[in-house]
Amino acid sequence: MMTVPLQHALYLAIVLFALGVTGVLVRRNLLFILMSIEIMLNAAGLAFITAAARWGQADGQVMFLFVLSLAAAEVSVGLALIIRIRHRLTTLDADAANLMHG
Amino acid sequence: MFFLVLVPLLPLLGSALLTLSEGRLAPRLVAFVGVGSVGLSALVATLIAIAFLTGPDQHLTITLWQWIRIGSFAPTVSLYLDPLSLVMMLIVTIIGSLILLYAVDFMAGDEGYSRFFAYMDLFVAAMLLLVLAGDLLALYVGWEGVGLCSYLLIGFWYQDPANGLAARKAFIVTRVGDTGFILGLLLLFTQLHTLQIQPLLAQAQTSWAVSSLPATLAAALVLTGAVGKSAQVPLQTWLPDAMAGPTPVSALIHAATMVTAGVYLIARTHTLFTLAPAVLAAVGVIGTITLLISAFAALNQTDIKRILAYSTVSQIGYMFLALGLGAWGAAIFHLMVHAFFKALLFLAAGAITMRLHHEHNIFRMGGLARRLPLAFWSFLIGSASLAALPLITAGFYSKDAILAAAWAPGGAARLLWLGGIVTAFVTALYIFRAVFVVFFGTAKTEPSGRYSWRVAVPLTLLSVLALGGGLVETPPVLGDITLFSRLLAPVFPTAPPPAPVMLILFTAVISLLGLGLAYTLYWRIGPRFAAWANAPPITAFRTFFAEGWAFDALYHQLVVAPFLALVSANHADIIDRFYTGIAWTCRWLHRRLGAQQTGQIRWYASWIAAGSVVTIAVAVLR
Repeated sequence: MMTVPLQHALYLAIVLFALGVTGVLVRRNLLFILMSIEIMLNAAGLAFITAAARWGQADGQVMFLFVLSLAAAEVSVGLALIIRIRHRLTTLDADAANLMHG
Repeated sequence: MFFLVLVPLLPLLGSALLTLSEGRLAPRLVAFVGVGSVGLSALVATLIAIAFLTGPDQHLTITLWQWIRIGSFAPTVSLYLDPLSLVMMLIVTIIGSLILLYAVDFMAGDEGYSRFFAYMDLFVAAMLLLVLAGDLLALYVGWEGVGLCSYLLIGFWYQDPANGLAARKAFIVTRVGDTGFILGLLLLFTQLHTLQIQPLLAQAQTSWAVSSLPATLAAALVLTGAVGKSAQVPLQTWLPDAMAGPTPVSALIHAATMVTAGVYLIARTHTLFTLAPAVLAAVGVIGTITLLISAFAALNQTDIKRILAYSTVSQIGYMFLALGLGAWGAAIFHLMVHAFFKALLFLAAGAITMRLHHEHNIFRMGGLARRLPLAFWSFLIGSASLAALPLITAGFYSKDAILAAAWAPGGAARLLWLGGIVTAFVTALYIFRAVFVVFFGTAKTEPSGRYSWRVAVPLTLLSVLALGGGLVETPPVLGDITLFSRLLAPVFPTAPPPAPVMLILFTAVISLLGLGLAYTLYWRIGPRFAAWANAPPITAFRTFFAEGWAFDALYHQLVVAPFLALVSANHADIIDRFYTGIAWTCRWLHRRLGAQQTGQIRWYASWIAAGSVVTIAVAVLR
């Protein structure tokens, strides 16, 4: 069985995270922003799994389960908010939801 | 003797009743309350006087309540009755009720009828508190109370802005003196730890040496207050303008009572002044300067009330002159007699103007002796008393006592005597000028209406007092009556020596000469003299005198103009710049920081990302 080197997995996690951040910052559609956040969460989860495999500890896998449930909760709240915003502003443009500017 | 409380309380209640009724009472009822409260107070005062004079006590104190207690500062509200305050109390209540009775007719039909009596009653109450107070702080309350009433009554006809201006001028100019007075009170309290007048004076005598600094300073500050209230140089400018008020106000407040409060104050605290001979000398000098200046000013007035106003200033100058020589009794004697004849003169002047459609210019009167006999005889008697015509008038005896006191010490005091005797001559001249111009010659305005008993009774009674009021104290050669000085002996133990006969004769001749000159100039050669006096070089002098020696112009240059310049320079308020600067900075920061809150979620996310990068970088690279 071929083992994936630790560093490769971490590089993947970094790339994924960077993709997620870029997505959050550049996309204007709220759905895409939510998806980008999911990617960032999964990047963090991947880093946990990799670390757990490297040191043979179960903590990282437990942590990943937490991240998964957190992501599920976040998505349900986030989607509910998106539905409300869509209902109120008739758009999913994040820049249009700037009613609380100073 | 607890009834003494009723004396100031009754007018106060009358004032409160009239104030709370808000002018809804019928005029008859207003007059009843207004005059009745003061009349009742006069009755109580008279009964108290009888009981006091037949009783064994030389003075009595009634402590009503402790006002406040802050550490050792514990002023009480107390009434103090001794012969001096007794005399003042009787003057205020009796003359006050006569003048108020007169005012019932004088003010009839005025829309502020109820307001007038409310103010007048309040004034009487405050004045009684002033003269009866046993504590300097309570005295100060009365002192400010009469000042307030003076302000309210000068500006009584407030629709005319000039009256409001005169009222403010009176208030502000006396405030200068009052500031000195309150500083004096603070000094007395911090040095002697009490404000009860009698203990304070006793303690001043034991703890301060003659001419010591605190004694001199305290006496000077008290004098400042007295000078302001009694319209002496250099704070005399307010009184002639105060004639803007109704004539009964001028008679009661600006002639008989309030303006003499300064004289009373100095007499009340005379122990303090004997500890400060320099200040006492200043009192005499101020009095002499004032009486000379204002007598010449009175000689050149055309408004009958302004003649009397300058005359009041001048006569109070006599009282100050007497005080300055330590002749306390003579000052109070003249205060009393002056209250009689000057109230009479003002009421007679009011009796003329109310029949002449409020004409005040004496040169538009004339020939009134036949037409208004009551006003003529009252004015004549008042003038005779003011001019101190010998033997028959009260003013002769009181002025004689002052001039005798000025003559007695010799030396530099003779200069004060000279000022007094010159003024006695000018006094006779200016008041008989008014008499000849107003009552003789051709009539220029026809009188209308008639007098009721409410005008006649005060004029008659005051005429009797102005003639006979002096018979309580006469020099040795003229009966040697010493009722008044024996009455005041517990307060003023030492009396100045009586006048020599030659001096009395000289004084009498001087006043008769003044009368004769007035007769010559304003009656016998009247038109020719008027033509001479109205020639250009003379009129320049006369205008200078008529404007009160240009004191108003001087104060305008010295005080008013610089103040206005300062105000206009500081129009934008320099001090306020600092506070507007703080507000401006806050607003600027608010705008800067508020601009960061764009409401753009991606903008916030960028900051979070950037912040995280920086934090991690710092954590890793450190």
